[in-house]
Amino acid sequence: MTALSLRGLNKSFGTVDVIKDVNLDVEQGEFTVFVGPSGCGKSTLLRLIAGLEDATSGEVYIDDNLMNMTPPAKRGIAMVFQSYALYPHLTVRGNMTLALKQEGLARKVIDERVDEAARMLDLASYLDRRPAALSGGQRQRVAIGRAVVRQPKLFLFDEPLSNLDAALRMNTRLEISTLHRSLQATIIYVTHDQTEAMTLADKIVVLRDGRVEQIGTPLELYNHPANQFVAGFLGSPAMNFFPAAQLGSEHGTIAGIRPEHLRVDPDGPLQGKVIHVEKLGGDTNIVVNLSDGPNITVRLFGQHAHAANDDIKIGFDRSHMLVFDAAGNTITSAA
Amino acid sequence: MHKARQNPLHVAAAHGALILYCVIALFPVFVIIINSFKDRRSIFREPLSLPNAESFSLIGYQTVLEQGDFFLYFQNSMIVTVASLFFILLFGAMAAFALAEYRFPGNTIMGLYLALGIMIPIRIGTVAILEMMVATGLVNTLWALILVYTAQGLPLAVFILSEFMRQVSDDLKNAGRVDGLSEYRIFFSLVLPLVKPAMATVAVFNMIPIWNDLWFPLILAPSEATKTLTLGSQVFIGQFVTDWNAVLSALSLAILPVMALYVIFSRQLIRGITSGAVK
Ligand SMILES: Nc1ncnc2c1ncn2[C@@H]1O[C@H](COP(=O)(O)OP(=O)(O)OP(=O)(O)O)[C@@H](O)[C@H]1O
Ligand SMILES: [Mg+2]
Repeated sequence: MTALSLRGLNKSFGTVDVIKDVNLDVEQGEFTVFVGPSGCGKSTLLRLIAGLEDATSGEVYIDDNLMNMTPPAKRGIAMVFQSYALYPHLTVRGNMTLALKQEGLARKVIDERVDEAARMLDLASYLDRRPAALSGGQRQRVAIGRAVVRQPKLFLFDEPLSNLDAALRMNTRLEISTLHRSLQATIIYVTHDQTEAMTLADKIVVLRDGRVEQIGTPLELYNHPANQFVAGFLGSPAMNFFPAAQLGSEHGTIAGIRPEHLRVDPDGPLQGKVIHVEKLGGDTNIVVNLSDGPNITVRLFGQHAHAANDDIKIGFDRSHMLVFDAAGNTITSAA
Repeated sequence: MHKARQNPLHVAAAHGALILYCVIALFPVFVIIINSFKDRRSIFREPLSLPNAESFSLIGYQTVLEQGDFFLYFQNSMIVTVASLFFILLFGAMAAFALAEYRFPGNTIMGLYLALGIMIPIRIGTVAILEMMVATGLVNTLWALILVYTAQGLPLAVFILSEFMRQVSDDLKNAGRVDGLSEYRIFFSLVLPLVKPAMATVAVFNMIPIWNDLWFPLILAPSEATKTLTLGSQVFIGQFVTDWNAVLSALSLAILPVMALYVIFSRQLIRGITSGAVK
């Protein structure tokens, strides 16, 4: 049974087409991440799935049932919003129970679910507080708890971590991933952060300007990007792009190499000047201005004593090179 | 505010200006109140002096209270003001929510149409309104006044409230929808509490003109049973003699309920005016 299918989904606001012909299948229990630059339509796509927007054309199936005319509350979904969107006038418990009361569940069932969720998310001591009296991280957990208690068929997360600081983001990411495993839930997760996408996803959907660019597992997309956009979007630091001829490739117009596939090599074919060095401790990133071309980033493992203005020569392994045609599509069997 | 950012000179200047403004604004009220406690002769001889043992007199209040209908006028004014405010806030907020929240053809046109009322004084339509009230048999009822004041207050209410409602987070409303709340519950229990300061602002701006209005009570509801306080006080103002004691006492009493209402709304109002400015 497919948990979610989108068939030829389109959405326009007036004359602006925001979602263009999206087709997608999400299997039961899969963690799917929508990723793409800001404004590419990720939230809109999520709202279409939730039923908060009506599709201009196309179909949304949840558990193989056509949902186009079903109101959000009846779709068997729960949603976690970027801004938490907790009800300010209700306590944490009130926030978590509201939807269950609307569904008309028995008091006992509601209490059981809230206790379960509170234990899982470590919220037990805050149940009687108002959202205003919680920290950002706690609010985020309440928002997740509000989704968990509903035991939905499909969880929808819209950039749930973007308001948290780096350490908390790491923790909550871990929590969400644990949650996914323990509930065996189907999750759709929106983010513009490629690290989040790579670390959480079973399946990544890369979007650009409302169109699906590529769908696949994180490593599939990393190793075999379908086009230059996907290649450049995933991976940090981003992939380096060169005119193909500069790397001695006989076909294609643009060649790409990831920073970790470049190395400092006194006999290397590329030479330039170091303009910046990022010493991260575990890694060293060197930004090099090539004497006949663009700035590139070289990622070295460990600590290295390079400094700005050093002359440097760079080597690479051709087997790691990707070649793209003029339209940006990957040419397979690059050599 | 932080100590470090305070310049004593600026603070003194700001307070000086505010105190001056307060004195100017409150002076007429002060004069009305002190004179309402004086006998007629002292009102004219020394209008600015405080009542003393010699000039103190409650004759004005006595006249007003003995004029048996005064409490009825009071009650009428109260009913008209409170009911009008209730309808202005209820319908204004509902219309504002629809305009701010839903995309439908003609949304903008509708908003402009509703805002048009801000620019056109309702008194221009007095004759037509009177004809309508006569036709519907509402003349000399409080409903006539309530309907007119509601119509008069709605445009500004819709205009102000829709602006505030646009600022209520979409995520919050959508969370309500996903949780199965009806649009009515989203409106009443999620959105309204968040625009309380704006509602208080609208209430205060509408309350005073309604309470003080003489025009429509005189035209639409001049009967003894439906007179409002402002209209009722006119009996003390004659063409040749005016019972100043009674007029001043009536005015002093009339201030009280507005003040009570204002205190109710003011906490929200201050929050509304300073929201965004002070954080
Ligand atoms: N109600 C609307 N009316 C008109 N245009 C809209 C509306 N909602 C969204 N858009 C447009 O649709 C596009 C996609 O918006 P969306 O919010 O889905 O982006 P996003 O991918 O979630 O971006 P972000 O990462 O910044 O959240 C944007 O260009 C936006 O301007
Ligand atoms: Mg978004």
